[in-house]
Amino acid sequence: MSAREPSARPGPGCTRSFTVTFDGREIEVLPGRTVAAALLAAGVTSWRTTRRAGRPRGVFCGIGVCFDCLVTVNGRPGQRACLRPARPGDVIRTEEGTGHAD
Amino acid sequence: MRTDLVVIGAGPAGLAAALAADARGTRVAVLDAGPAPGGQIHRQPPAGADTAAATAPPHVRRTWRSLAAALAASTVTVLTEHHVWCVEPGFTVHALCGPGQDEPVAVRAAAVLLATGGYEKVLPFPGWTLPGVLTAGGAQALLKGALTAPGQRAVVAGTGPLLLPVATALAAAGTEVAALVESAGPTALLRHGPALAAKAPEGAWHAARLLRHRVPVLTRHTVVRAHGSAALTGVTVAALDRAGHVRPGSERLLHCDTLAVGHGMLPHTDLAGSLGCPLDGSAVRVDAEQRTGVPGVWAAGEATGVGGAALALAEGHIAGRSAAARLRGAAPDPAGWSAAARARRTLRAGAAALDAVFAPPAGWARQVTDDTVVCRCEDVTAGAVREAVDRLGAEDLRTVKLLTRAGMGWCQGRMCHPGIAGLTGCPPVPPRALPARPVPLGVLARQATEEGTA
Ligand SMILES: Cc1cc2nc3c(=O)[nH]c(=O)nc-3n(C[C@H](O)[C@H](O)[C@H](O)COP(=O)(O)OP(=O)(O)OC[C@H]3O[C@@H](n4cnc5c(N)ncnc54)[C@H](O)[C@@H]3O)c2cc1C
Ligand code: FES
Repeated sequence: MSAREPSARPGPGCTRSFTVTFDGREIEVLPGRTVAAALLAAGVTSWRTTRRAGRPRGVFCGIGVCFDCLVTVNGRPGQRACLRPARPGDVIRTEEGTGHAD
Repeated sequence: MRTDLVVIGAGPAGLAAALAADARGTRVAVLDAGPAPGGQIHRQPPAGADTAAATAPPHVRRTWRSLAAALAASTVTVLTEHHVWCVEPGFTVHALCGPGQDEPVAVRAAAVLLATGGYEKVLPFPGWTLPGVLTAGGAQALLKGALTAPGQRAVVAGTGPLLLPVATALAAAGTEVAALVESAGPTALLRHGPALAAKAPEGAWHAARLLRHRVPVLTRHTVVRAHGSAALTGVTVAALDRAGHVRPGSERLLHCDTLAVGHGMLPHTDLAGSLGCPLDGSAVRVDAEQRTGVPGVWAAGEATGVGGAALALAEGHIAGRSAAARLRGAAPDPAGWSAAARARRTLRAGAAALDAVFAPPAGWARQVTDDTVVCRCEDVTAGAVREAVDRLGAEDLRTVKLLTRAGMGWCQGRMCHPGIAGLTGCPPVPPRALPARPVPLGVLARQATEEGTA
């Protein structure tokens, strides 16, 4: 599926969109979006697999409580995608298990 | 940094408290994890974005305009993107800043006011861990804070007053809303008309929008299963009988890529718990002045019991006035806040009535198959939880947790406790988590060194 941005048109005073990468693919991001919003807007709904059963997960609570949306950003695992603001050049990667090579 | 009063949370409760205290000469700093003040209901779109599609009922927008204007005219310090993870007695409020939440900041204050709001409760059902299933509030947060719709065709389901605004917001954002599925029955909704009256103008506004967008509303219905393998492809909904059990043969499939689901709200009590504030059930206990059981600590808003934004404003106002007086060493005069106290009384009574109407269906646990994951963090199934009770003799949530690891993951049981309590019949206990936010080890180590040399 692909999510969409209902108001993707930048308004007056809006700074320009920028790019980040998700698992190597370039994604266009509008300013002020979280990593979760950026990924959803690009049609990505899951970016983690669970530690025990390896099941796909994405955003669930949307406000930093559930920790389902954990993702690796710029090499740091365990970042909550729903809280972390996306920044130009961020390297975002799917997180598997704990996100650490264990 | 040092101030008189630190308010944690910049939602309606925290802002009303900060403004009331500031107006009485108290130095106030408000800390919030979010990028802008407003809290959940007044979550702001990104700066500079075209907000044509962002919709809130007119009275919600009016309230926000007056709060924002009062804030701009005040001397309140607002510190956004400050994630508070610990409050030390005395008080030192520790927060983490920066995109990676790894820059520590400490604010000292003579008093603390907890206005941390709440989070959504979701009871488990088969398929609820699939990507595409998210909380109704989570969908709302994406729509308001990022102007991003989580999908193209959504079902909004569960129970509670939040479902209506979420369905209208999704529809306004261009998402096709396949159905609004509410487990409460229409007669229950009508019988409690007086309690809902406080919500009536808002309800009518949303109802008109649902009609305009032709959103089908199914009352006394529930989602029994979410389908899909890598992501959500649809949900099965079914009618409920008067006792709250699924009517056999009433099941039907609705195709969707998004399910926004919620079964009510729970108060955030982790910071209060770590300060030793006594709780009443799942909420922080407060007296008539909104003081907690710990001297110097006030609380207001959903943290003290779920009742919506208007109640949060009234409680915040009282808490701010009380704190301002007590910090001057004076006893406050409740006559000064009688209007807010009246509103608080009415709105609390209304909230209790709404709670009774929007109770999850009595038979929900029967729909939870043994292979359904109930603890999302640790992948613990309903079967494992049932076994802990039926075969291993667990009688309370603590034992269930030790036997199954349910509730031992990152969220520390916030997401699964209500579900597991319902499945096992064990009394629910609010999760006590410390620290309230995950803290990088480096920050803890630095703090330990500072304490050692202090
Ligand atoms: C996700 C979500 C969406 C909602 N959407 C709506 C809606 O659209 N309409 C509606 O009528 N009601 C909505 N509600 C209900 C809402 O809770 C109330 O309407 C109202 O906002 C409660 O006000 P409050 O001030 O008590 O708490 P909130 O508005 O929740 O404010 C609490 C604030 O505290 C901050 N906070 C909490 N813990 C910490 C911490 N440790 N460190 C720093 N900051 C912290 C949060 O970031 C938040 O801004 C929603 C609730 C949720 C959970
Ligand atoms: S979606 Fe729950 S923590 Fe991010």
